[in-house]
Amino acid sequence: MMIFDYETLRIIWWAFLGILFIGFAITGGFDLGVGVLLPFLGKTDEERRVILNSVGPTWEGNQVWFVMSGGALFAAWPMAYAVSFSSLYFALLLTLFALFLRPLGFDYRSKLPNKKWRANWDKALFVGGFVPALVFGVAFGNLLKGIPFHFETDMRIVYFGSLLGLLNPFSLLAGLISLSMFIMHGAVYLQIKTVADINRRAKKTAINFTLLTLVLFALAGYWIIYLDGYHITSEIFPNAPSNPIAKFVKRAPGLWLDNYGHLPGLLAVPGTAFISGLLTVTLVRLNKPGSAFIFSCITVAAIVLTAGCSMFPFLIPSSISVNSSLTVWDASSSITTLNLMFWVTVIFLPLILIYTSWVFRVFRGKVTVEHIRKNKHTVY
Amino acid sequence: MISDAVVELSRWQFAVTSLYHFLFVPLTIGLSVLLAIMESTYVMTGREIYKDMTQFWGKLFGINFALGVTTGLTMEFQFGMNWSYFSHYVGDVFGAPLAIEGLMAFFMESTFVGLFFFGWDKLSKAQHLTITWLVALGSNLSALWILVANGWMQNPVGAEFNYETMRMEVTSFGALIFNPAAQVKFVHTVAAGYTTASAFVLGISAYYMLKGRDAAFSQRSFTIAAGFGLAAVLSVIVLGDESGYTDGEVQKAKLAAIEAEWHTEEPPAAFTVVGFPDQEAMVTHDAIKIPWVLGLIGTRSADTPIIGLTEILQNNRIRIHSGMKAYGLLQQLREGNRDEAVITEFEAIKKDLGYGLLLKRYTEKVVDATEEQIEMAVKNSIPQVAPLFWTFRVMVACGFISLIVFVVAFIASSVRKCRKDWILKLSLYTMPLPWIACETGWFVAEFGRQPWSIAEVLPTFLSASSLTEWDIILSLSGYIFLYSVFLVIEMFLMMKYIKQGPSSLHTRRYHFEVDERG
Repeated sequence: MMIFDYETLRIIWWAFLGILFIGFAITGGFDLGVGVLLPFLGKTDEERRVILNSVGPTWEGNQVWFVMSGGALFAAWPMAYAVSFSSLYFALLLTLFALFLRPLGFDYRSKLPNKKWRANWDKALFVGGFVPALVFGVAFGNLLKGIPFHFETDMRIVYFGSLLGLLNPFSLLAGLISLSMFIMHGAVYLQIKTVADINRRAKKTAINFTLLTLVLFALAGYWIIYLDGYHITSEIFPNAPSNPIAKFVKRAPGLWLDNYGHLPGLLAVPGTAFISGLLTVTLVRLNKPGSAFIFSCITVAAIVLTAGCSMFPFLIPSSISVNSSLTVWDASSSITTLNLMFWVTVIFLPLILIYTSWVFRVFRGKVTVEHIRKNKHTVY
Repeated sequence: MISDAVVELSRWQFAVTSLYHFLFVPLTIGLSVLLAIMESTYVMTGREIYKDMTQFWGKLFGINFALGVTTGLTMEFQFGMNWSYFSHYVGDVFGAPLAIEGLMAFFMESTFVGLFFFGWDKLSKAQHLTITWLVALGSNLSALWILVANGWMQNPVGAEFNYETMRMEVTSFGALIFNPAAQVKFVHTVAAGYTTASAFVLGISAYYMLKGRDAAFSQRSFTIAAGFGLAAVLSVIVLGDESGYTDGEVQKAKLAAIEAEWHTEEPPAAFTVVGFPDQEAMVTHDAIKIPWVLGLIGTRSADTPIIGLTEILQNNRIRIHSGMKAYGLLQQLREGNRDEAVITEFEAIKKDLGYGLLLKRYTEKVVDATEEQIEMAVKNSIPQVAPLFWTFRVMVACGFISLIVFVVAFIASSVRKCRKDWILKLSLYTMPLPWIACETGWFVAEFGRQPWSIAEVLPTFLSASSLTEWDIILSLSGYIFLYSVFLVIEMFLMMKYIKQGPSSLHTRRYHFEVDERG
């Protein structure tokens, strides 16, 4: 059943992709943050097990948001999937290698009592949280700057960048934002799930990293004014077949602020990030981590959404062949596939949200050292 | 120009990471169902021992599952990272089942697996049982969608080429799902997973029985595994996916290559048990043949011929010539020519475009390919016969030996006085066979599709990303190094827990924790 035209479906799929990214940043985000904080907030083996088990029963499902973002990109934006994954080859490889350590770290760490075994897995879990949290932002930073690719005969993608090229100052700043944001989010989550010492340490961390996130985010906002943005200059055909080499694009400093000029209401998105960030700090201070968590979720969502709103309709600008940039109008799947996947998503996404919330409800409540002692052979 | 080395290295990387991933997947698929069966028995009978069985085999499931998830991440990413032209060219079709897999199956499996491990005290018996079944359902549905995607690579139905977007696009999603190649693959692969898990439980239970440990626990596990395994291995053999090889031209070439069927025979064709295939001369030396068998298995009829490789090559030559023309017309269309005649002509022969693309390996300019280049493309339009011939026979041999093991084990589990040590030893030492069968089976299915990544549509050679050799040498070395380390760790942990047996549950009911007779 087709109820939308191609243009609408493309916008819906841009939104779905955003939902999946935000879903990952919110759920996978606090898991990654908890991974980074593990060696710092947990001083003893039992404390570390408390931290691990605060996300133990749910991290596996949360990680699927990440895999799903890749899957949805493949199905709905195959060209964007092809360009980004092959261009960001080493960034993704590094992320993958780091992510490998997580299922193993969670599952294997506490299966043996050996101290060295556990210490090594703790390091692995730190790396498994740190690297993806950083690279997630670095990748976004590079998208904003544009990726050096172009198309050869038969639409073959050729990439002219290098790993070092990915590590440019602006992208590193974006990486620090995502790292700091996930640490903030993880710390707030730990404040909910723990008591006593870990709770106090988490509280302090949450405050510091929320403020750091906001400062870095403001800095990036200032940088954007001078950073080259992209803009489509030729006529747009939002219902045309996907052909990313049939338009003209210009690049100039500050163009990423264009959308805010046309639609000043959009400024509410970055604005929300700041306001909810400050509310997070206040509520954490007042020892209301449950409410603080809602606002740290909103902060995370608003920061991701800010990147999306600034770039719309661009998905992946090309820095060396600007006219080959991929946009919402020329890099999507066919209308048949977008429509089919629309229905699949409309049916399954609510189901996923329902059963995920149910699982979180089942595991609500604090994880304590006593709980670990009592269940030392079954928990992580 | 695409370099041969980059393509070869990308293929090696894909093969290494897939084969490695496939060490864990069949066990996850099968063991999840076995756990659900064990727990159902627990809920129905209320006997603690079945709960212990679910938890102990569940621990081993968890150790295996962690690596299955780890290596699965690579698979999802690798298409874009290393096969970007493939991703662009068929993403419209191929991406959909993968995304559905995530939304329908992987989410469910991963969300509930945490409840399976940590929800015992938080859920009622019935709730927990439901969760276990949902994990099993998730992992099986996951296999379904992955194999719908893979089935489409073997027999690409329900899609056609669009010159405006320069890619394949979906025309019928129903055809994609009900692709006979995918259906057969699903049943065959899932049944192979059940067999693998049954052999795993059977072998380890036999080990405890040989050691005289935890008799009640190990005998019950042995019995469940023997019954389930027998049904599974029969399904694998009867529903062997060779019966799906009559759909699609490349599937036919695969079948002919597996069987070293150099020329079309008078039906029903004879089955070559063993022999030495010689691709240059197109004969099989020292072949031992059984009349009729191949024709009957391959086509399920006595009068349908199985097309031989010589005839397939002749047909491919015709299609390559037609494909050159299609590519020439496509170039005009891509340059903006929208002449009605050009469009009509292209639409009529675009099904051969893929065959034209086969020439890209030998020349950039497909339309002026020389006779020599065309002959090269024809010659390489079928897979190498010998590796397929042998791996297929290894797979089948493993399957039949497993069948014997499960028959014997089933008798031993039903008739108490038949429970002899040699049967237990047989069950233990033949444990690796299903894994060998799964790995060789993967090889037969994927190597047999060459030179295509999407049969008749997209050559493997064109599918790779434009990376450098060193990029892939680095990533491949990284994968091999990390995967080797992980495998050593996993095996170490697995052995440790297998040796501890159910006493690892710390219920104080099992060997190492109590006196055996106490």
